[in-house]
Amino acid sequence: MKKYFMITGLAALTALTAVSCVTVDKVSKLATSVGESVGIISGRQAESIRKSATAVSKTLEDFTPKQEYYIGRAVGAVVLSKYNVYPHDEITQYINTLGQTLAAASDKPETYGGYHFLVLDSDDINAFATPGGHIFITRKLIRCCQSEDALAAILAHEIGHVQLRHGMQSIEKARMTEALTILATEGAKNLGPREVANLSENFSGVISDIVNSMINNGYSRAFEYQADHEAVKLVQRIGYNPQGLIDVLKLMDKSLKKGGLDFAKTHPAPKDRIREIQSKKQEFTAVSVPAARRQRFQSAVAGI
Amino acid sequence: MSRYRYVIICLTLVSFLWAPLYLRAEETMSVQVKESEIRATPSFLGKIIAKVIYGDPVTVSKENGLWKNVSIKGGTLQGWMHESALTSKRIVLKSGQTDVQTSTTQNELSLAGKGFDDQIEALFIEQNKNIDYTWINNMETIKVTPEEMNIFLATGEVVSSSEGGAQ
Repeated sequence: MKKYFMITGLAALTALTAVSCVTVDKVSKLATSVGESVGIISGRQAESIRKSATAVSKTLEDFTPKQEYYIGRAVGAVVLSKYNVYPHDEITQYINTLGQTLAAASDKPETYGGYHFLVLDSDDINAFATPGGHIFITRKLIRCCQSEDALAAILAHEIGHVQLRHGMQSIEKARMTEALTILATEGAKNLGPREVANLSENFSGVISDIVNSMINNGYSRAFEYQADHEAVKLVQRIGYNPQGLIDVLKLMDKSLKKGGLDFAKTHPAPKDRIREIQSKKQEFTAVSVPAARRQRFQSAVAGI
Repeated sequence: MSRYRYVIICLTLVSFLWAPLYLRAEETMSVQVKESEIRATPSFLGKIIAKVIYGDPVTVSKENGLWKNVSIKGGTLQGWMHESALTSKRIVLKSGQTDVQTSTTQNELSLAGKGFDDQIEALFIEQNKNIDYTWINNMETIKVTPEEMNIFLATGEVVSSSEGGAQ
């Protein structure tokens, strides 16, 4: 009888432990220190177990917002080595007010360095978002937007890429593991010149992985559809009409050169994106813009 | 009688295992963004009570959606922060350094190890002479305040239909 109660008790204990929020890493640490203290395993073995548990748990989540910010700055600088900036204060201020307002209403309003927006002086139809929140949009893409609601949807799509960490996910797996291994070694100790050199080389690789994916190859169709869904959710939350996204996609479909080097090359066809957005059984009403909103939009994009 | 003893022992052990869950009600977290604010209400429009910077520890006592009620300086200042500005990882700032722009080799702050930081950026610039950070630095200075956002939404008659981070 005693045994029966003990077994029941231990079973309950095990079940409760299993449902608690203790991570594998913590359990492993706890188990190894227990094993070590009762003399089942040696100190060296314990250290080895701890290390392998840490290696297994390395994921994208191990990149901190600060590291993502420095990656984002470099990716942004590379984008700006390929495109000129359109340096006009009124439109720059306008897209920052619109974009930062959208970002503040999102599920991830705070990144290490915040969200910032810039217009590129280009006749390509394109937009880019770096990890951490530097967002670029070309003049030609702004010209495809017929209303503030449409421009809001395009900026929200880019904010979606930042929040879903699509840029970070395009880092090659081996490179990511290597980066996180260097970053995790030595803990709070200082990095030696060799580690700094390795890290620097790895950083360059990370940047080219992201730039290649963003500018040359494009993200997967799935990522683009996800960013569209985020855009619809975000603009709706703040009070813009998501039909703006459908409108701009329709216009892009007419403007894109088939086999061109811009959006056409790196994004699914606008028609497919519209079909995907509408597959969620959402019907949007036609965009009806209040006069004050229309006027400020037209004034900001005048001459673009 | 003895059977109850075993039940009691087991329940005691169980309560120890659950203890960390209860203790989480008062959790220490760190600010993981360059700078942020503690506000009087769970909204970006709430009055600013204090400014915090990267690495500052805060004590979290309760939550309201994506907002956390935090206190600093031994509970003398209390208010709300959005969860995206916080991490449960401990950020170590060495020897009294509060500036995040310190060099890796001398005064490192660590968050799950070391990072891509200004030193790595400097090496990247050195190796890529065609890369210019001027506009990146410029664009980062453009900041829109929550009050300006509110005015922008109101003048454009943009009417929110549901709750978001900015609520």
